[in-house]
Amino acid sequence: MDYIQTTNFIGDWVRGLGLPWGLDRAVNGILGALTIAGVVMAGATLLVWVERKVSALIQSRLGPMRVGPWGILQSVADILKLLVKEILVPNGADRLVYFLAPMLPLTAAFMVLAVIPFGPTLQVANPDLGVPYLIAMGGIGVLGILIGGWASNNKFSLLGSLRSGAQMVSYEISVAVILLFITLVSGTTDLRTLVLTQQGTVLDWWVFKVPGLGLAAFVLYLISSTAELNRAPFDIAEAEQEIAAGYHTEYSGMGFAMFFLAEYGNLIASAGVAATCFLGGFLPPAIGVPAVDRALFAVPGLVWFALKVAALILGYMWFRWTFPRPRVDQLMALEWKFLLPVNLGLLSLGALFTAMGWVLP
Amino acid sequence: MELVPATDQALPPGFLTARSGRATEEYFINMGPQHPSTHGVLRLVLRLDGETVVEVVPHLGYIHRGIEKQAEAQTYLQYLHLTDRMDYLSSHHNNHAVCLAIEKAMGIGVPERGEYIRIIVDELQRIQSHLVFFACFGADLGALTCILQGFKAREYITDLFDAVCGSRLTMNFFRPGGSVRDVPEDFTDRVRAVCGKVDAMLAEFDRLLTGNLITKERARGIGVLPRAEAIALGCTGPVLRGSGVDFDLRKKAPYGYYDRFEFSVPLGEAGDSWDRYLIRMEEMRQSLRILEQACRSFPGGPYRSKEKPAYRLPTGTWFGAVETPRGVFSTWIVAEKGEKPWRIHSRSPSLANLAALNPMCVGHKIADLITILATIDPVIPDMDR
Repeated sequence: MDYIQTTNFIGDWVRGLGLPWGLDRAVNGILGALTIAGVVMAGATLLVWVERKVSALIQSRLGPMRVGPWGILQSVADILKLLVKEILVPNGADRLVYFLAPMLPLTAAFMVLAVIPFGPTLQVANPDLGVPYLIAMGGIGVLGILIGGWASNNKFSLLGSLRSGAQMVSYEISVAVILLFITLVSGTTDLRTLVLTQQGTVLDWWVFKVPGLGLAAFVLYLISSTAELNRAPFDIAEAEQEIAAGYHTEYSGMGFAMFFLAEYGNLIASAGVAATCFLGGFLPPAIGVPAVDRALFAVPGLVWFALKVAALILGYMWFRWTFPRPRVDQLMALEWKFLLPVNLGLLSLGALFTAMGWVLP
Repeated sequence: MELVPATDQALPPGFLTARSGRATEEYFINMGPQHPSTHGVLRLVLRLDGETVVEVVPHLGYIHRGIEKQAEAQTYLQYLHLTDRMDYLSSHHNNHAVCLAIEKAMGIGVPERGEYIRIIVDELQRIQSHLVFFACFGADLGALTCILQGFKAREYITDLFDAVCGSRLTMNFFRPGGSVRDVPEDFTDRVRAVCGKVDAMLAEFDRLLTGNLITKERARGIGVLPRAEAIALGCTGPVLRGSGVDFDLRKKAPYGYYDRFEFSVPLGEAGDSWDRYLIRMEEMRQSLRILEQACRSFPGGPYRSKEKPAYRLPTGTWFGAVETPRGVFSTWIVAEKGEKPWRIHSRSPSLANLAALNPMCVGHKIADLITILATIDPVIPDMDR
C-alpha cells in the first residue's frame, strides 16, 4: 500500500499527447485552474446551503425548503440573484480599490487549494516550499478585507476592516507557528511528502504521532484558523450586532457575493490544510488489520480527503452556531497573551520531541 | 454674563462633555434607527475615540404615536387597548395598571378568581418577556442560536395566551373588575404543562449561555451602574435591582394577591451587565414558583365583578402602578366629568432606564454598548408612546 509510485495521470496524459510549442504546459495549467475554480465555486455554493441547514438543525427549524428538494438549489438561486443585482458604489469611494478588494480573498482561497493534495494523483502544483507558500497566501485575503473597508468610505466599514486587520494579522502568526511545528516534526515542507510521512495506521497521523503535542497543535490550529477565517465566534470584523456588516457593509451584488463565497472558499482551504497536516490528507484511516485495511484502501483517496474536510467544516459550523462573540480586545488578548506563547512553547517542545525521538513508531 | 462662542469643535445636539485632552481625533457614528441591535427604531449617536465610547446620545421619536393625546378623545375602555401598544412585551401589565387606577377611582372590586387570573397571566407574561430578553441578549453577544431557542420557549406561553384571550401580542384582556372573559376549563393544567416546558428550557439556556466563559467575560464588569446613580436616574426593574436596590412593587406595595404568594426578589451586587442578566434568569424561576402556587389554589367563582354600562371616573387624579418585566409602569389619570379622561400620563420603565445608558457606556467599547443596551432590555414603542 504505497502511494509513492503513483504518478500524476492527468498531467502525464496531456504531456503524452505530444503537443507542439510547449502547449502541454499551458493546457495543464488551464485544466488545473479550472478544477480549482470549479471546486471552490461548487464547494462554496454547497457549503452556504449546508451552513444554513446545520444552523437550522441547531436552532430547531428547517432552513431553506422551497427551491429544489430540501432547498438544495437555494444558494444557486441566491447567487443568480446576486449576479443580476446592481452594484452600488458609495460616494467618495476609491473605485479601483473598491472593485479590487472583493477579488483578493477568493484569490487567496484558489491559491491555497492549488497546492493541497486532494488525492495521491490529484494536486495542481506541488512546490517544494508548500508550507511557507500556504502561510504567504493567507496574507492576501487580509489585504482584500483591509482595503475593501478602507475604500468604502463608511465608518462602519472602516471599523470592521481595521478590526480584521489587527485580528487576522495576529492570528496568522499563530497559524504560521503551528504549520512550522508540523514542518519541524515531519521534516518536510512539501505537502505531498507531508501526507506520505503519515502512512501506516491512524496512529501515524500527525495529530496522534507526536504524543499529546499533535493533538494540542490540532486544537490550537482549529481555534487560530477560525479567527483567521473571520468566522463566528471570532467574526468581529463583520460583527452584525455591533458594526452592521463591517467591511462589506457597502458592497452589493457580486461584490458582496465574492466576499461571501470567499469566506466559504477559505473555509474549504483551511479545512484542507488541517486535513493534510494533521489527519493524513488522502490516506484512509487504516487500523492495522490487513483485511479491513484492504477495503479502506480500495476507496479512492479523494473520498477520504473529502470526508475529512467535511468533518472539519461541520466542526467549524458547530461552534459558529454555539458560542457568543468575544470583544475585540479580548480576542487580541487571547492571541498575544495565550495562543502565541503556547504555540511557541509547542514549537520548542516539538523540537525537543523530534531531537529525542519521542515519536510513536 | 457675556456669552462666549464655543471655540471647541461644534458638537452635534445633545452632547455635553467637553472635548477630551487626548491627541486622538474623536468621531461620530450614527447607530440606528435602522441597526440590527438597537431593538427597534432607537437612534443612538455615538461619540467615539477609536473603539472606545466617549458619549452616547439617544434620539427618540421615530415611533411616536401620540397615545397619551389620543386617550383624551376616547373612553377609558377604548384607551385600554392602546396601552397594549406601548410596551408590547408586557401588554397585560399595562392593561393591569390602567385597570387598577379605574378600580380605585370607582371603587370596583375584583373577585378572587379574577385576581388569580390576573396574577397567573401577569407572571406568564413576565416569563415571556424575559425569554425575549434572553433571546436578544444572546443574539447581541453574537450567539445567534439563543434568539431562536428563546423564542421557541416563548412560543409555549404565546400559544397559551392565544387560547386565553385570542391574541398573541396585543392582549387587551383585563377590564376594570376582572378580565374580559373567563379562562378555558383546563387552564391550570395547561399552565402547569407550559411551566414544565419552560423550566426545562431554562436549564438548557444555562448550559447554552449562562455557563459560557465568553458570556461571562463579555458581561462581567461591563456597564456598572452604582446604586446611588440608579436611584437618581429613576431606574426600575432589573436595572435597579441589579444595582442592589431592593425595590419590587410586588413586595413593596403589593397589588392584587401578591402578598399571598411566596417568592423572592433577586438582587445584584456589582450592578454590571452580568448581574442584570442573572436577575432576569432568576426572576423567571421565581415567576414559575408563583405560577405553581397559584395553580394549586386556583379558585372557582366569577371571574369579573358586575360590568358597568359606562365607566365614568369621579373628578380627580387617579393612579395605578404595576411591576412589569422592565420596571414600574404607572398610569396617572386626571378625570373630569364624562366618559373620557382630561389627561392621561404613563410612566414607562424603558424611558427611565434608557437614561442610564450613557453613564454605563462611557469608557467601554462599541461591543459593550450593545451588551449594555441589551441588559437595559428596552422596548422602543414604550419610550416614544
